[in-house]
Amino acid sequence: MSFNRIYGLFLRHFFLIKSSLPRILDLIYWPTIQIILWGFISLFFSTYSNYYNNTLGVILTCAILYDFLFRSSISFNMLFLEEIWSRNFTNLFIAPMRISEIIISLVVTALIRTLIGLVPAILITSPLFGISILNLGIPLLFLFLSLYIFGITLGLFVSSGLLRYGPAFENIAWSSLFLLAPLGCIYYPIEILPDMLQTMAKALPLVYIFEEARSILVNQSVDYSNIKNAFILNIFYLFIGIILFYYSFRQARKKGSLINIGE
Amino acid sequence: MQYPIDVKNLSKNYSNKAAVKNINFKINKNEILGLLGPNGCGKTTTIAMMLGLLKPTNGIVLIDGEDIEKNRIKLLHKMNFISPYIELPKKLTVKENLIVYGKLYGVKKVLLRIDYLSEKLRLTEFLNKKTGELSSGQKNRVSLAKALINDPKILFLDEPTASLDPETGDFVRTFIEKLSKEREMSILLASHNMDEVKRLCKNVLMMKDGLLIDRGTPNELIKKHGKINLEEVFLKLNRTSNEF
Repeated sequence: MSFNRIYGLFLRHFFLIKSSLPRILDLIYWPTIQIILWGFISLFFSTYSNYYNNTLGVILTCAILYDFLFRSSISFNMLFLEEIWSRNFTNLFIAPMRISEIIISLVVTALIRTLIGLVPAILITSPLFGISILNLGIPLLFLFLSLYIFGITLGLFVSSGLLRYGPAFENIAWSSLFLLAPLGCIYYPIEILPDMLQTMAKALPLVYIFEEARSILVNQSVDYSNIKNAFILNIFYLFIGIILFYYSFRQARKKGSLINIGE
Repeated sequence: MQYPIDVKNLSKNYSNKAAVKNINFKINKNEILGLLGPNGCGKTTTIAMMLGLLKPTNGIVLIDGEDIEKNRIKLLHKMNFISPYIELPKKLTVKENLIVYGKLYGVKKVLLRIDYLSEKLRLTEFLNKKTGELSSGQKNRVSLAKALINDPKILFLDEPTASLDPETGDFVRTFIEKLSKEREMSILLASHNMDEVKRLCKNVLMMKDGLLIDRGTPNELIKKHGKINLEEVFLKLNRTSNEF
């Protein structure tokens, strides 16, 4: 056994990590987010231990809704990353495709990818746990649509980063949604957050979507103002996301990142 | 006279470096123009600007008299590109890849076009094979088929025979030669293979440090520099730097 070889391989990874700020941040990011998210969940259950009494499936329903958001965003990013990984990126951008066509194509494909994953998940919850997400009724359609728009918007933000900074931005693609999970108030009401974070959370459509899902399941009542707020915020962020994507494309053309993005 | 390709005062500066410095050249119909220069001299940057992948700092690229910066999507229909540094998705079959690009370029009767190219490029027997399972020579021919899927009038070839065995390399060169004549294409060929350039190109541009340092027919350059072949000329020019 050679210490030098062991040390050599250690150095190979050490050099990689120390030269990449995204990699260092990635190492810090995951434990921090996990602790924050589960910290709030624990705080909620210890404070309001009877909140979910008699309402089976609220957590599971919220988990499915969150997964739908997660899948739609990741699907959008994956489609983009696939082109980078397969070194096909330049071929796409020398084809006569408008940016709007690229976005629409990714949006449609991401929806199909997401549904392929979601439908089986919905189907197995009923026989396994006696719970059906369809209990949310007609508002479920609005919640799904709202989540999908937000997922696509996040996908646009991350793809803009990939377009501009290349594969170095890949870790952000995977972690972007986990950053929003604690603020999105998926498993607990917004009141559980500290005041400052509540203000930030209210700027996200997620809070209204999950608040509404819980309200329907716990109180059996639909509050369309939550759905409306979510849609208004969604349209705003989607608009920003599209502008950012166009801007990143222009910057990539200036900086040359469309040529060597796979490297 | 309007040229299919007219590059005027083209420059590209990155934050701390000038990659391409005020270059000018034209390519006529039915002409293959060679672009020679050492690695990092600005060849790929020049091609990227001509394809609209990169925004020039100064200057203009006219394709059939129209500015690529102003009519990028329209002009890309007439152009295509092949480079060993770009690949097609490996998990898709050859036919699937060609169908995808046929659609992206708006090719009508794409299956007929694929049949035609498959026959010309000897692809028929592995059309239904995954692209990632092919040898490098076969992949090269598939990339060439992709580059010809839209029947381009302008073709950019970046080292089209790099890493090919002599037989496949010769097949590709012969194919390019015939293509240029039959289809009246304008082709820009960036290559490090001097014999290939001498065989295919009517005119040659010599590039170094972002500048065009000489130009002419291969024989003119050989004679002018008193050398026995183009490789000797290349070596001489890259050991001295005289802007012309």
